[in-house]
Amino acid sequence: MSRKQQVPKVASALGADDTGCPILHVDMDAFYASVELIERPELVGTPVIIGVPGLRGVVLSATYEARRFGVHSAMPMTRAMRLCPRATVIPPSHGKYAEVSRGVMEIFHAITPQVEPIASDEAFLDVGGARRRLGRPAAIGEAIRAQVAERYGITCSVGVAGSKFVAKLASRQCKPNGLLVVPADGVVQFLHPLPVGALWGVGDRTEQALVRLGIRTVGDLARVPVATLQRELGQAAGTHLAALAWGRDERAVTPHVPDKSIGAEETFPADVDDPEAIRRELLRLSERVAARLRAGGHVGRTVSVKLRRSDFSTITRSRTLREPTDVAQEIYVTACDLFAAAGLDRVRLRLVGVRVENLRGADTSARQLTLGERETGWREVERAMDKAVRRFGPDAVRPASLVRPKFDGIDV
Amino acid sequence: MMFRVDRDVLAEAVAWTARSLPARPSVPVLAGMRLEVTEDTQLKLSGFDYEVSAEVTLELQTGEPGVVLVSGRLLAEITRALPAQPVDLVVEGAKAVVTCGSARFTLLTMPVEDYPSLPAMPPAAGRVGSDVFASAVGQVAVAAGKDNTLPMLTGVRMEIEGDTVTLAATDRYRLAVRELKWQPDQVDISAIAMIPGKTLADTVKSLTTGAEVEIALSSTGGTGEGMIGFLSGGRRTTTRLLDPEFPKYRSLLPTEFSARAELGTGAFVEAVKRVALVAERNTPVRLAFRGDEVVLEAGSGDEAQAVEVLPVDFDGDEINIAFNHQFLLEGLGAIDSDVARLQFTTSTKPAILTGGKPVDNETIPDYRYLIMPIRLSG
Repeated sequence: MSRKQQVPKVASALGADDTGCPILHVDMDAFYASVELIERPELVGTPVIIGVPGLRGVVLSATYEARRFGVHSAMPMTRAMRLCPRATVIPPSHGKYAEVSRGVMEIFHAITPQVEPIASDEAFLDVGGARRRLGRPAAIGEAIRAQVAERYGITCSVGVAGSKFVAKLASRQCKPNGLLVVPADGVVQFLHPLPVGALWGVGDRTEQALVRLGIRTVGDLARVPVATLQRELGQAAGTHLAALAWGRDERAVTPHVPDKSIGAEETFPADVDDPEAIRRELLRLSERVAARLRAGGHVGRTVSVKLRRSDFSTITRSRTLREPTDVAQEIYVTACDLFAAAGLDRVRLRLVGVRVENLRGADTSARQLTLGERETGWREVERAMDKAVRRFGPDAVRPASLVRPKFDGIDV
Repeated sequence: MMFRVDRDVLAEAVAWTARSLPARPSVPVLAGMRLEVTEDTQLKLSGFDYEVSAEVTLELQTGEPGVVLVSGRLLAEITRALPAQPVDLVVEGAKAVVTCGSARFTLLTMPVEDYPSLPAMPPAAGRVGSDVFASAVGQVAVAAGKDNTLPMLTGVRMEIEGDTVTLAATDRYRLAVRELKWQPDQVDISAIAMIPGKTLADTVKSLTTGAEVEIALSSTGGTGEGMIGFLSGGRRTTTRLLDPEFPKYRSLLPTEFSARAELGTGAFVEAVKRVALVAERNTPVRLAFRGDEVVLEAGSGDEAQAVEVLPVDFDGDEINIAFNHQFLLEGLGAIDSDVARLQFTTSTKPAILTGGKPVDNETIPDYRYLIMPIRLSG
């Protein structure tokens, strides 16, 4: 779900020759909103916004009816409500989305093992190997759309192309509830009228730099010498963009990219300078990160904290432990040390985050025992907590200092 | 001031004193080595960095009293390179001139009055054979921590009870304990000292020229800012003590075991080194003891693997246990015996490595190296 929904529609009279177009990009339409509407059919066709109402909440998803008013994901809720006061606001229920997401990913995996999920609601598929069994890529795309609609009652859009980034642009073009094939010989024709901001990897900053050079469309970009782009944007970015402008993208669909890091962060409802409250939040985030590490069978050696001041300036600090861990208490103690060493005593913070990097599989990771270590420690306590949570739900057990009304926020 | 001394004697004394000079002195004057010719024609060379002091005294044939401070590092390099002939040092104004055979060096001197005075030697507490002491310290210091963020674990703990000295060090992953006899000046002495491990190991190694080392302790009470001194063959050195805090290790040393294994140390070391070739840092070497053989393995399914089988004299419950290979090798290197004896309880409890076959199983060996296993997942 990107903020850039303003790609102009081009005539989709590009034909449907999908020869040499084995890459599908499947993207759920207004995913969270669509899932919520399954249970609220009376709201279909009306503006609906998923997000936590309140000063700090942001829009997580919105129906197309709401988007028509200018509402988009990641927009502050207060602004969205001003733009579309009639909209029904539904607070997110992440468990439900995860369940549908898992089901949708299963549909993909039934088609090919070459599935690269890039978010809970979108994935790339390389169906080059499924051709003989299931037919042409466009036909497979339609089959996926039909299955998702039948099983979950939600729609998705499919881009079909020869490379990942063109497929992604194509799915965005045909949203909602569409399918677009960009034939191998129609890539340049498809790309060049698009604004440069539509390219993958061109963010606001890069777009501004390009517009300053008078480059507005992908076509403009394609006609600029590579050397100029390299000078303006840096060696790697310049080379990369020049290739994209001609539709060259060598990145393959890589199924199951292992997690490089696992993190969680929280924006406070109001800026906080009480170190006690900040440490409590670090504990809560450490618990969450550790639970996800254990659930995924990971351990990690590097702990980092992210601290954002009220003026949005952000610092991160990290430390590598001697032994990899998946224990919240160890992560928490390290996070507190890092916070203490960051010199932000009594500084008002807007957001804190905890992340564990340098991951490896817990099963391949042996642990050096230390002298006098207790046979059962925090590791075992937390494993027991996992079991309780699996059986009785997420609120079954938590550290005593965290038993309190939870404030609003989004998981990242 | 002037003196003449044999090149070998001077070079050795200068090199020994220069050992304790700081590489990056906090104040420039600490890079200096102080040379003093006393009224009774002795030459004293000294160095100090506020933590460690070193002083060596040589008898001179000829000399005129006086003091000079020169760059210790430079003097050490010069004396090492000089030909084997008598060396003359003469102070001329602000310069010190070193001549030896046809070579002549002019060194700048540093302000002696700025040089801190060395701490006084604490009162003598007793004596120990220098070789025995050096080997005992070496056996224990191997287990001391190298992480300066945990200073308590970088020290060697010295416990003195009458005629017994117990040395212990741990980095939390292993613990080395050595007991030895010494000759205390007072038979009922009881003292504790935490000595920086690396300094102690370097010091005692350099004091094996004399037959005995005299140990001097400033506070025999066992608490507070203390100092320990070592004196041997004209060399004296003092070291500031660390905080005496230390884990209560005696209760951590297991006394009951479910299995015992004895192997030839040399073959064991060779085998561990070989299989460890495929083990990355901090990854384990796994040992499976079965009947009369032990299978050593390292590496896992998706990496390189190594396996080797050795005969073993084994008694007790079969056991699979894994260790950091570096810790195991350092222990095997420290036991100073042809036969290595390992004793276990379970694969997650500490194992004890000792040397040789004690005459009977009741005797606790002089040296014990405790090693914490690595817990394998699953």
